[in-house]
Amino acid sequence: MTTSTSLVYLIALPLAGAVILLLAGRRADKWGHLLATALSASSFGAGLYQLSQMLSRPTEERAVTQKLFTWISVGSFNIDAGILLDQLSICFVLLITGVGTLIHIYSISYMSHDENRRRFFAYLNLFIASMLLLVLGDSYLNLYVGWEGVGLASYLLIGFWNQKPAYATASKKAFVMNRIGDMGLSFAIMIAFATLGSVSFSGVEEASHTASQATLTAIGIMLLIAAAGKSAQFPLQAWLGDAMAGPTPVSALIHAATMVTAGVYLIVRSHFIFDAAPTAQLLVVIVGAVTLTFGAIVGTAKDDIKKALAASTMSQIGYMILAAGLGPAGYAFAIMHLLTHGFFKAGMFLGAGSVMHGMNDQVNMRRYGALRKFMPITFVTFGLGYLAIIGVPPFAGFYSKDAIIETAFNAGGIKGILLGSTALLGAAITAFYMTRVMILTFTSPERWEKDQHPHESPWLMWLPMVILAIGSVSTGYLFTRGDSLVHWLSPVFGEHEAHEEHFLPVIVVSGLALTAVLIGVSIALVKYQFSDVDAEAPQDVSIFTRIARKDLLQDTFNESVFMRPGQALTRILVKTDDKVIDGTVRLVGTTAIGTGSALRKSQTGFARSYAALILIGAVALIAGIWVVTQ
Amino acid sequence: MEFTSPVLNYAQLAPMLIVFGGALIGVLIEAFAPRASRFSSQLFITIFSLVASFAALVNVRNQSSADAAMGSVAFDGAGVLLQGAILIIAILSTFLIADQENFTALAAAIPGSQEERTALQTDLRVTEVFPLTLFAVAGMLLFPVSSDLITLFVALEVLSLPLYLMAGLARRRRLLSQESALKYFLLGAFSSAFFLLGIAYLYGYSGSITLVGIQQSVVGGAGNDVFLLLGIAFISVGLLFKVGAVPFHAWTPDVYQGAPTAVTGFMAAATKVAAFGAILRIFYVSFANAEWSWKPAMVVIAVITMIFGSVVAITQRDVKRMLAYSSIAHAGFLLSGVIALSKSGLDASIFYLFAYGIATIGAFGIVTLVRDSSGEVGDLNRWSGLGKRSPILASTFAFFLLAFAGIPLTSGFVGKFSIFSAAYESGSTSILLVGVLSSAIAAFFYIRVIVLMFFKDPVEDGTSVVIPSALTTVTISVSAVVTLILGVYPAPLIDFITNTALFIR
Repeated sequence: MTTSTSLVYLIALPLAGAVILLLAGRRADKWGHLLATALSASSFGAGLYQLSQMLSRPTEERAVTQKLFTWISVGSFNIDAGILLDQLSICFVLLITGVGTLIHIYSISYMSHDENRRRFFAYLNLFIASMLLLVLGDSYLNLYVGWEGVGLASYLLIGFWNQKPAYATASKKAFVMNRIGDMGLSFAIMIAFATLGSVSFSGVEEASHTASQATLTAIGIMLLIAAAGKSAQFPLQAWLGDAMAGPTPVSALIHAATMVTAGVYLIVRSHFIFDAAPTAQLLVVIVGAVTLTFGAIVGTAKDDIKKALAASTMSQIGYMILAAGLGPAGYAFAIMHLLTHGFFKAGMFLGAGSVMHGMNDQVNMRRYGALRKFMPITFVTFGLGYLAIIGVPPFAGFYSKDAIIETAFNAGGIKGILLGSTALLGAAITAFYMTRVMILTFTSPERWEKDQHPHESPWLMWLPMVILAIGSVSTGYLFTRGDSLVHWLSPVFGEHEAHEEHFLPVIVVSGLALTAVLIGVSIALVKYQFSDVDAEAPQDVSIFTRIARKDLLQDTFNESVFMRPGQALTRILVKTDDKVIDGTVRLVGTTAIGTGSALRKSQTGFARSYAALILIGAVALIAGIWVVTQ
Repeated sequence: MEFTSPVLNYAQLAPMLIVFGGALIGVLIEAFAPRASRFSSQLFITIFSLVASFAALVNVRNQSSADAAMGSVAFDGAGVLLQGAILIIAILSTFLIADQENFTALAAAIPGSQEERTALQTDLRVTEVFPLTLFAVAGMLLFPVSSDLITLFVALEVLSLPLYLMAGLARRRRLLSQESALKYFLLGAFSSAFFLLGIAYLYGYSGSITLVGIQQSVVGGAGNDVFLLLGIAFISVGLLFKVGAVPFHAWTPDVYQGAPTAVTGFMAAATKVAAFGAILRIFYVSFANAEWSWKPAMVVIAVITMIFGSVVAITQRDVKRMLAYSSIAHAGFLLSGVIALSKSGLDASIFYLFAYGIATIGAFGIVTLVRDSSGEVGDLNRWSGLGKRSPILASTFAFFLLAFAGIPLTSGFVGKFSIFSAAYESGSTSILLVGVLSSAIAAFFYIRVIVLMFFKDPVEDGTSVVIPSALTTVTISVSAVVTLILGVYPAPLIDFITNTALFIR
């Protein structure tokens, strides 16, 4: 493995930004955001440099490592803090720093009226640094540090406007849900260390060849729980919608392009575990399939533009998890969809931010309409993202989503048919709700509240949107031309047999997918474009709509399955704690305090009694030694 | 009779000689320099000699010789580490001592007399505390490297006598301070007598006063065992008195409370390093082969000390007394490193001493800052709600308390972990059990103080936190940073200690 000494700058640059901005305090108010943006951009530059270095080396020497320092060294337990940059992590590095920098630029303008803008940028830089640490760590433990780091940064950013109690609650919910996932990750690390004797990727991979099926399944399931928590997958999905309380650039960066995809990264990075543990792999597929449907259905009922996009993110990540669960055939497509999704979803979130910017922070789409005329750039960039996400050729989403649907069908047997059909159904629903978002926001007649003066956003905001839109158009083609991404990633996952049985010819799958999209779009057109839309959400709707509006009862589910039994358990525990444990502690405490008070009396303050004590002590010591030696 | 001129290795003695020299210059300044310039020149001389001494120590850090001064001083890795720790702690303490708010204007004046009032009005300052500090430091430097019993005794007295005086220098509640100084002196003299008796018995046993000579007698087994046992017992009394182990601890709370807080911090941290350094050297070099005789008794003392210190600390209502009992408990923890009698025990002890010393200086530094109109506020009840008034200060104090309690990510955790595992490895399971149990008890009262500071409402009685001087700020922040670094990333220091710590025989 090649080593390098320059990898650390990738992480160090944004980290330095966070430290400087937080320590400098108000003094940095004037230039803090510029510094943060510059550092994020230079980290992107460093990523490009690493890519060029990587391209100049032969395929087998492309992965590079850098040992930073020995982190923990206790006996035979040795963990180095090290960086691993291979074909997989460079994709993430460029996505994180590239999209991250664009969002920095966007935020300069978006947050310009916020008096805490410097703090916001410090958190953004902190997030970038942690996310880079997550994807660049060479062991599960280093990954865990980054994993917690992004959790912290996202907690700080979601709750950035924490003066509003609802937002503070939202960030708390995200925090608690993420803890469950984190617990999964720490259990996975502990099991790996206890049974495989290593926590580094290479060490675990090596040991996984000889490990028992049960061990690998256990690790795999724990990793899946971790991934579900971070990536808002079923059943830990509830926090993502509430997390939209944060500033919109945060939603674009964290809840669309980067952090929520960490779960996909984790599963793909641990491919050697899932490949050897079919049960865990099957669970991954199920979670992915359930979530992609779940998110899509929720998306159809949301009137809040950000929550609709959040539901869509959930659903799209479901696609990625599904692909990641399909084994070697799917890993590269999971990453491809992740990258294209990073572009078009971030672009659409920024577009949503731009719309809100022009509409006095109104988020209810039923209060939008006809914005096409007032925000042409936003309309076009959002529209390109829209075409990409629903999978219209030749936009990016078409290539990546098609590949996943096709791989799902090829999974074989009844499983393949079920998965493929779910993915197709998801595509149809996606087309429906995204068209709904487009129509309600841009093309239907206006339903504004009073005193609305929609206007296009300043260039600092639309420029990143334009760049992301270009990405949404072109990346799919670039990644699939000559299977470039698949080949690029193959050294990481190992070469797999490409000539397997096709369940359906490629052209048929594409045709089916396009038909699904067409159906979805048509229903949406009929329902929203060609008939009137109420400015208030209608209440006399079917039970299904009502359930969908309530996020398919996810909160009710959480309340009845986790919260109420949890509260009951807590009450019992509190009682036990009060009576049994506290009783014991109180007893110990009272005894200790009683003894203490009694002993304290020996402290008379008289030098003569102290001297006597010393004398008695000396005699006792001699006597003791005497007794022992006789 | 032939007289041979002594051969001295000046390079290896330089750290001590520089500090002695600085102390003598300090005495001259006190006698001849004009009053106005005394404070600044004393402070300069003190810091300068301590830093120069440290530099001299760094210069010879890799050397080792059994007769740096005709067999009276053993210069070796463990000695270098202990001396280095003492010097670092001394520098930090000097910064605290430089805040003259805590010291009496005129030590010789009778409390409440007209003379005292005049001294206060003319804003006199006790600059003699600086040379006294240097003398004490010089004695402390010599204490853990002495390789014969006479030098050891001389070092003990050189470090003790200035401390007796320094304990009596408090500006407020002077009677309490003077009482504590007198008590400390009387009891110290008493324990020194035991120490001298011990020397006599050991000489009677082995016919030698050098540590190596005694060790050879123990190995040879030629002497009278009764003398050896009495010698070990009496020497131990003298040494255990200095570290404040039960039942020789009684002076600790009174003196810690009475002495000026900066001096208390210095005493608690530096004296402990020096005294434990000497204990480690004597027991590891001379008595190691007589382990069968003293180990059970020492285990009992360690156990009693840990439990007593932790339990009694719970009932304390004065912050300085609480820290005093906590220091007694820590003496018990440190004794388990002596009992371990292994290389890892030695390494762990040295790490623990350094970590504890640094945290102690920081904690006492903070105590000097919480005051009302009549000086420092020791009453813990009046510390309640401090977290709301001065969050940074209270958090730092809480951090030091967590370090004392041995919570992970502080130096205290690493120290406790390594010292207890060393004790366990050498077979002292009882020490491990009692150690963990009393750590839990100890954690109770540390956390009680934290709860008091952060979750109780502030009392409005004029208690306030003064803005620290620059030097005090340096001491507190350096202590806090070191305590954090040693908790998060202790590997470099542990490696350094492991590679360096060795007693030459």
